[in-house]
Amino acid sequence: MHELSLAGGILSAVEAAAAADPFVRVSRLRLEAGKLAGVEVHALRFALEALAPGTLLAGAQIDIEEPHGQAWCLDCAATVPLVERGAPCPTCGGFWLQPTGGTELRILDLQVEDH
Amino acid sequence: MCVVCGCGTGHSHEQHPNNESTTDSDVRVDATGDLHYGAGEARVSVPGLSQARTIRIEQDVLGENDRHAARNRENFIAHGVLALNLVSSPGSGKTTLLCATLLALRERRAGLPIAVIEGDQQTRNDAERIRATGVPAIQINTGKGCHLDARMITEAYARLPLHDALHAAGHEHHHPKAPLLSNHHHHAAHDHHAQGAGEPAGILFIENVGNLVCPALWDLGEAGKVAILSVTEGEDKPLKYPDMFAAAKLMILNKIDLLPHLDFDVQRCLDYAHQVNPQLQIIQLSARDGTGLDAWLDWLLAGAPESDRKAARIAALEAELAALKAPAKEA
Repeated sequence: MHELSLAGGILSAVEAAAAADPFVRVSRLRLEAGKLAGVEVHALRFALEALAPGTLLAGAQIDIEEPHGQAWCLDCAATVPLVERGAPCPTCGGFWLQPTGGTELRILDLQVEDH
Repeated sequence: MCVVCGCGTGHSHEQHPNNESTTDSDVRVDATGDLHYGAGEARVSVPGLSQARTIRIEQDVLGENDRHAARNRENFIAHGVLALNLVSSPGSGKTTLLCATLLALRERRAGLPIAVIEGDQQTRNDAERIRATGVPAIQINTGKGCHLDARMITEAYARLPLHDALHAAGHEHHHPKAPLLSNHHHHAAHDHHAQGAGEPAGILFIENVGNLVCPALWDLGEAGKVAILSVTEGEDKPLKYPDMFAAAKLMILNKIDLLPHLDFDVQRCLDYAHQVNPQLQIIQLSARDGTGLDAWLDWLLAGAPESDRKAARIAALEAELAALKAPAKEA
């Protein structure tokens, strides 16, 4: 449900970019939503597509990169992959993990058309 | 002349058919044999003449909210206000817990300024329950929204009498460097507190919309999120909603007076909670019979201190390491 708010935030950022550097349409929007960012990518895509008609995002291709989760394992003193929150360290099986990657939720870039 | 393809007609480039042949990466040939340079991706076009170009943004989607949250946090810290964001599923007993907490705080610290922000989709019922305890409360109805955001807190906080109450209680503070809320003017010189150490000058409870998913992402400027889980909900909720329990500083296991009637496995629940957040502090409580309320109040009046579980764990590991090194030295 919060993906709709996030999509609204993305649209606002796109509109702010257009105010600073005018363009008429976005042909491709590239986002990054890490596996540990707390975002359901399908819902985010759906929300963006629902919001897009009549905006700068109308008809835009939406690419969402999903960086894998990473965490620092206190017991192994090493960076380990983390598939989801609550999953154990793949090396030691422990849970003393501090996520260090895959928590990003960012707009990377826009490919825009000027006319 | 068209700056995209150089042809003389005022055609639209959206009309170019998709089944054109391609000679190399920079040129596209359409059905009539015309060549189209730079009609495609920005990376293959001539700078300044491109139809498509790329704007790098590299911006956090929640950046705007986070900026508001940072201003709220700065304001709370400057005034010594302990702001807590209470999150849970609907029906966990959040409002009942809050009412019991307010009454108990009144008894322990009669002069301590307290205020409540109540978030719900609809109705003023919860704010009215809080006001019945004599504590000022403001209701935020989010309509279709599933969470509170930092801007709502800025607005609501400005309408609460907490700030005036702090000054009436003799609170003195310094002006923070950056300007805060537009409607927040101090005319008197005063000394601000530093938060985190010791008893807060005031407490702001923010009861978020009953939802264990969405509020996890929205920072409101709070000192910490308090996740409330009741024993009627199932012990695996921390695993089912890991983002929220990972974001929380404290978990309150509520309604423990009902445990004799349930199959709820407390230890398993605590293990699951620590699985998603090894730093999470946990208080077991019953808002109805008052069990655990003192521990919760102690935590509040200590200014929501950080967990020392990690420090304890590090100490244990260091001891283990020292034990392993000792025979190596002898060898």
